[in-house]
Amino acid sequence: MAQAPDLLAQTIWEGLVSGVLYALIALGFVLIFKASGVFNFAQGIMVVFAALTLVGLYEKGVPAFLAVILTLGVMFALAVTIERVVLRPLVNQPDIILFMATFGITYFLIGFGESLFGGSPKQMIADQLYLPKGAIDLKILGGIVSLQKIDIAAAIIASLMIAVLALFFQYTRIGRALRAVADSHKAALSVGISLNQIWVIVWFTAGIVALITGIMWGARSDVSFALEIVALKALPVLILGGFTSIPGAIVGGLIIGIGEKLGEFYWGPLIGGGIESWLAYFIALGFLLFRPQGLFGDKIIERI
Amino acid sequence: MFYREAGQYKTNYAADMAVFPLRQDRIGIAVILGIALVGVPLIGNDFFIASVMIPFLVFSLAAIGLNILTGYTGLISLGTAAFMGVGAYSCYKLTTYFPGVNIVVLILLSGLFSAAIGVLFGLPSLRIKGFYLAVATLAAQFFLQWAFVRVPWLFNYNASGAIEVPQRTLFGLPITGAAATPETRYFVCLGLVVVLTWFASNLVHGKLGRSWMAVRDMDIAAELMGIKLLNAKLTAFAVSSYFAGVAGAMMIFLWYGGGEANDVFTIRLSFNILFMVIIGGLGSLIGSFMGAAFIASLPTILKFGLPALGVPLSGAAAEHVTFMLVGALIIIFLIVEPHGLARLWQIGKQKLRTWPFPY
Repeated sequence: MAQAPDLLAQTIWEGLVSGVLYALIALGFVLIFKASGVFNFAQGIMVVFAALTLVGLYEKGVPAFLAVILTLGVMFALAVTIERVVLRPLVNQPDIILFMATFGITYFLIGFGESLFGGSPKQMIADQLYLPKGAIDLKILGGIVSLQKIDIAAAIIASLMIAVLALFFQYTRIGRALRAVADSHKAALSVGISLNQIWVIVWFTAGIVALITGIMWGARSDVSFALEIVALKALPVLILGGFTSIPGAIVGGLIIGIGEKLGEFYWGPLIGGGIESWLAYFIALGFLLFRPQGLFGDKIIERI
Repeated sequence: MFYREAGQYKTNYAADMAVFPLRQDRIGIAVILGIALVGVPLIGNDFFIASVMIPFLVFSLAAIGLNILTGYTGLISLGTAAFMGVGAYSCYKLTTYFPGVNIVVLILLSGLFSAAIGVLFGLPSLRIKGFYLAVATLAAQFFLQWAFVRVPWLFNYNASGAIEVPQRTLFGLPITGAAATPETRYFVCLGLVVVLTWFASNLVHGKLGRSWMAVRDMDIAAELMGIKLLNAKLTAFAVSSYFAGVAGAMMIFLWYGGGEANDVFTIRLSFNILFMVIIGGLGSLIGSFMGAAFIASLPTILKFGLPALGVPLSGAAAEHVTFMLVGALIIIFLIVEPHGLARLWQIGKQKLRTWPFPY
């Protein structure tokens, strides 16, 4: 006799998985913010764009792994272009101007991506990239919890990537330079850090993160521009975790992911369902009132 | 030559404080109003009025609202569309409860509900600012959009889940509903926009506007000078949401003639209005109009203008090009002219003033 799934454990697991994916997007934001002080609104669309490029190249007949490499090339080109066209002329502008400039990047990429690949959803080439399929059933608390293998893979890849990034930031020359740039463009320039180079590196890193996120996300559901709205979920995650903290992005992502799934499951039916669309923001907002800098964020000190 | 102030003496304080100190400006405004009032309905056909002029007016009002918040007070908001939705839905509820009251009064009243909700979501602004506040306003966007769909009371429990605009008249002429002609709807929009712009202009030139700008320029300094931050920020949220609410009510009742929140008051609309403010010019009322004219007319121009010039462009491609163009323009404007079209206009006026001798 098949056992009924344990709903609580299953819900928590699903929350964990979506939390990992939110965390991955948030990670892209954090990387760019930490390393250049730019709040990159375009991270969500970069995920879509990377995934679409990958699938689009594959559909053109490029072998899957070559397509991955080519997509990385495209993301590098994108990073260079953004640095040349957008960031370089805006050095030392107020943060809010740079933030708005990333809106411009977002809209440009939406239009560009749609005209290149069309607006219809595409199937991610999960099989060709040897991503695992199927599910494992676990017995927890007297019920069955079904774990999708792809989700487990996503969690493992995410943790690996985070470890690598944390080490990179903490212990390498470039990592230190990145942190210097985030503190002050001017000061970094004056000690001989090449701002342009740093920006390309960091946007390219964010592009790699975007590609991985895109693959993982696309393997669970289709690759489409609908992801762009889901990517906005990364904002409450950031607030919860703090803008500058990589572990914060992870913990925040997991809290938001689990919180919103549990909320949807237990309270959603009481007030009409679909509360997932805003619950994350309210969790973040409530949290903001008590700790404006987030869980792991740097405290903002203002001097006059 | 034609734009010179020589000989226009100011003999009292009122003249010195005037919003349009130059006679040429006053004439210019009168001419623009004259064209809007007489020229447009005379020359424009129904299509032009219904799908270019009315959207332009609605978006201008919404852009003024956001400009008060973002341009004058420096608080970034990504939830304008939600506040427009509050206006639209409260106007709809008001028409059901008070069928006898004139629709124009109800449209103006519905802004008050939007203002109240705006203040509610503006409350966190005292403790948080910048990007954090942007996320707080996103909370408003998603929560309200959800509420518009999930709370059946808001759309009177009807099956379609949409606002159905009833027919209402003004001086015996139908101004809402299917029977209203584009011209009458246009005149109502124009009247509302002109009156509210005048109201906004007085606000931003007055004490309240000064305190908003002080908060924008440096909030801590403003506080030291005795400006109450909470009051300034919350009034900015209230006034801004009021304008957005009225714009939203106008959008549904005078432009769309009915609609569903899910299709209309989306985050895309919020972004579009933000772009109008950026491209038009932060902290400028005339910039709001310019930005609205620009962003609102861009898709139409691309869709109908380019094929007319012989460039073949399908509807979908036009949409993509619009996206790319808007994105590129935002970046270009931020780099080249952060103060937007309004600043270009100012530069042009200054050039005219010294013309033909540039120095």
